[in-house]
Amino acid sequence: MSASDADLHSHGDTHGHGSRKSYLVGFLLSVVLTAIPFWLVMSGGLANPGWTAAVVIIFAIAQILVHTVCFLHVNTQAEGGWTLIAYVFTGVIVLITIVGSLWIMYHLNTNMMPGMPTGQVSTTP
Amino acid sequence: MTDNIDRQAQAEAAASPTFHLAEDDHGHGTGSPTIFGFWVYLMSDALIFAALFATFGVLSTSYAGGPTPREIFELPLVALNTGILLVSSITYGFAMLAMEPGNVRRTQLWLLVTALLGAAFVGVELYEFGSLIAEGATPQRSAFLSAFFTLVGTHGLHVTIGIVWIGVMLVQLNQRGLHVENKRRLLCLSMFWHFLDVIWIGVFTFVYLLGTIR
Repeated sequence: MSASDADLHSHGDTHGHGSRKSYLVGFLLSVVLTAIPFWLVMSGGLANPGWTAAVVIIFAIAQILVHTVCFLHVNTQAEGGWTLIAYVFTGVIVLITIVGSLWIMYHLNTNMMPGMPTGQVSTTP
Repeated sequence: MTDNIDRQAQAEAAASPTFHLAEDDHGHGTGSPTIFGFWVYLMSDALIFAALFATFGVLSTSYAGGPTPREIFELPLVALNTGILLVSSITYGFAMLAMEPGNVRRTQLWLLVTALLGAAFVGVELYEFGSLIAEGATPQRSAFLSAFFTLVGTHGLHVTIGIVWIGVMLVQLNQRGLHVENKRRLLCLSMFWHFLDVIWIGVFTFVYLLGTIR
């Protein structure tokens, strides 16, 4: 099996054709990266909820990267590197959309509550 | 004199033209532009989910006096669903491995297992939605629940479409076997299926785990 895999890969025909090893490694890593955050949250989490959240997010990002490499087979060779460029570009846009929305709306929420002592917020009904 | 040299250079250029072949990946059977086009579709789909995640993030504390995530989410159920989807990812991987040497029956078998796991995932999710609605945690109850049902429901809809696609491919494989076009379709479906698993990582992290901590 591994010999025929090596033959296939030597032809540069790598896109979407992961080896058995890459799937198994990806699966095992994913199981670990899923189990730890679930266990952490279900057992009550760390003393500081902020730290728990940070750990959970780091594990999610790690697992997304594992899936990207082991299951989606994004690498510098596939399609002349264009899949990787499109992926990175999308990642940047996704981060801007999510983090930007949360950031702006958080400040809007905290700064525009009715009855604030400062600012020009109208409190008339 | 210079005219002569120019003509000589032109003749040499005509004799051994050097075209700039930027991409000679094509012609490898699966090196069709469809693969990259489908990838671009997946990336645009990721942007849809980014918008839904951003909406959920902004509205995730707007309970309107209704239930909070800690009260309504059942993490064991979510863990079960996560496991089902993760296993379905590797069974699809086995289908792709069986496809390479052209083993139609084994490809179909793994595709069938993947579809059944996908159906189990959607079933558990529908059960969860049903029990939430029965408890009164309907999409109309609060902005948090509207955003929750939209985000998780859109992912579930994608998985459902993936199951239908697997069904179509099972029939295709029965009738036509593993020719080049079907291999290409299975490759696109593989990317779609693994992509949905990536989105689910975001869902269980940002919706369920972080919601329960909050």
